Amino acid sequence: MSNPQQLRYSKEHEWLSAAEDGVSTVGITEHAANALGDVVYVQLPEVGSTVKAGETCGELESTKSVSDLYSPVEGEITAVNDDVVADPSLVNSAPFEGGWLFKVKVSGEGELLSADEYAAFITG
Amino acid sequence: MTDAPRRTALDATHRALGATMTDFAGWDMPLRYGSERDEHVAVRTRAGLFDLSHMGEITVTGPQAADLLDYALVGNIGGVKTGRARYTMICEAGGGILDDLIVYRLEDQEYMVVANASNAQVVLDALTERAAGFDAEVRDDRDAYALIAVQGPESPGILKGLTDADLDGLKYYAGLPGTVAGVEALIARTGYTGEDGFELFVRPADAVALWEALTAAGKDVGLVPCGLSCRDTLRLEAGMPLYGHELTTATTPFDAGLGRVVKFEKTTNNGDFVGRAALTAAAERAEASPPRKLVGLIADGRRVPRAGYPVVAADGTVIGEVTSGAPSPTLGKPLAIAYVDAAYATPGTEGVAVDIRGSHEPYEVVALPFYKRQK
Repeated sequence: MSNPQQLRYSKEHEWLSAAEDGVSTVGITEHAANALGDVVYVQLPEVGSTVKAGETCGELESTKSVSDLYSPVEGEITAVNDDVVADPSLVNSAPFEGGWLFKVKVSGEGELLSADEYAAFITG
Repeated sequence: MTDAPRRTALDATHRALGATMTDFAGWDMPLRYGSERDEHVAVRTRAGLFDLSHMGEITVTGPQAADLLDYALVGNIGGVKTGRARYTMICEAGGGILDDLIVYRLEDQEYMVVANASNAQVVLDALTERAAGFDAEVRDDRDAYALIAVQGPESPGILKGLTDADLDGLKYYAGLPGTVAGVEALIARTGYTGEDGFELFVRPADAVALWEALTAAGKDVGLVPCGLSCRDTLRLEAGMPLYGHELTTATTPFDAGLGRVVKFEKTTNNGDFVGRAALTAAAERAEASPPRKLVGLIADGRRVPRAGYPVVAADGTVIGEVTSGAPSPTLGKPLAIAYVDAAYATPGTEGVAVDIRGSHEPYEVVALPFYKRQK
């Protein structure tokens, strides 16, 4: 699998897009989606709520387990992906595209890795 | 001390197929090859191929093999005809379940006991200890067999093209020696999926050849390799207990709603068997005032109960505990098996909920199984 070079990554396996007008998109990585298995339920933060870097802001339920969703940045949620709520399998089939989770107006960042650093982190 | 997980004879095959592997009971086993839901659906509608070589085979032979097993296990094993199999359990003297087992009678004086991987050593030790005084031999055959299962409605057709064995005459819970794809096998019509299917016990050296022959034979009817993840959701839908979840040393067969496996009317050993006194008391307790009962729980929501989650009444009182739970691919709803107080165990009982990480989600009490195949 390859992690898109233009994204940045958290050690909790979220990806973050480059900001456009201060707003970044967040999802989970293909590595994380593969580890979870088939995702059957996604709970996302509410639009307008504030998230903090490294804190839980939702959950992802798969066949075998439930996992917390962490925000890689601090900021206000501006949108959530209703398509992925309706069809959680998008997280597995297109984790970096149609399976995105939420958009956030970034006011602060946690520790973020480049694609190469993240690749080294998950194989390490 | 931690040992590296053991690998089955099919390890390289799994890796070549891109399986996600998991450590299960000391074995490195395939969890899934692709989507576990697709694998689950394949077994329900077509066929699935499983490597179950982690299961623990123990052979019991000798003039008193039947007497030993009647004494060591709770079932009536002497009454099993040659070529047939029996689901049974091995209990502690105190009645607690050490493991659930399938026992195949291969010959008049030869049985194969198949234990869960996690309990194989415990079962081997208990059988060896209980064999004292019997003219019977208990042999550890864990390394003598690989186990490949073909499960699903297409499985008889797949197997028929590879064997001359009389599959039509092979009933559910029967086993016969034969040749499959040129490989010597014990062909058993057993499984843990709720579907028709076969389990093939073969020499480890033959496992890859058999796997490849089955894969080729099943290609046109949609056979896919399947991992342990879908095996768990398949057995959950079929209401089958899993050791370590529904069955533990803290539960007796009667607590688990499986009292029918305990046979008190044994003709061997003057009717005595390990656990008899405690199980007699457990049977009376289950009849008069059962403490908890094993039930099914089903909901229309999407949040999934997991093992250990509390079951609660309308006022929030804890009335039980989930032992297994998963999203059901067949029903499209989350399912759980749970022990609940007897007062709440009747199907349709109002006000039952599962505490899913702090939120009380309503669940309907239903009888098990959740899924039964149409014959």
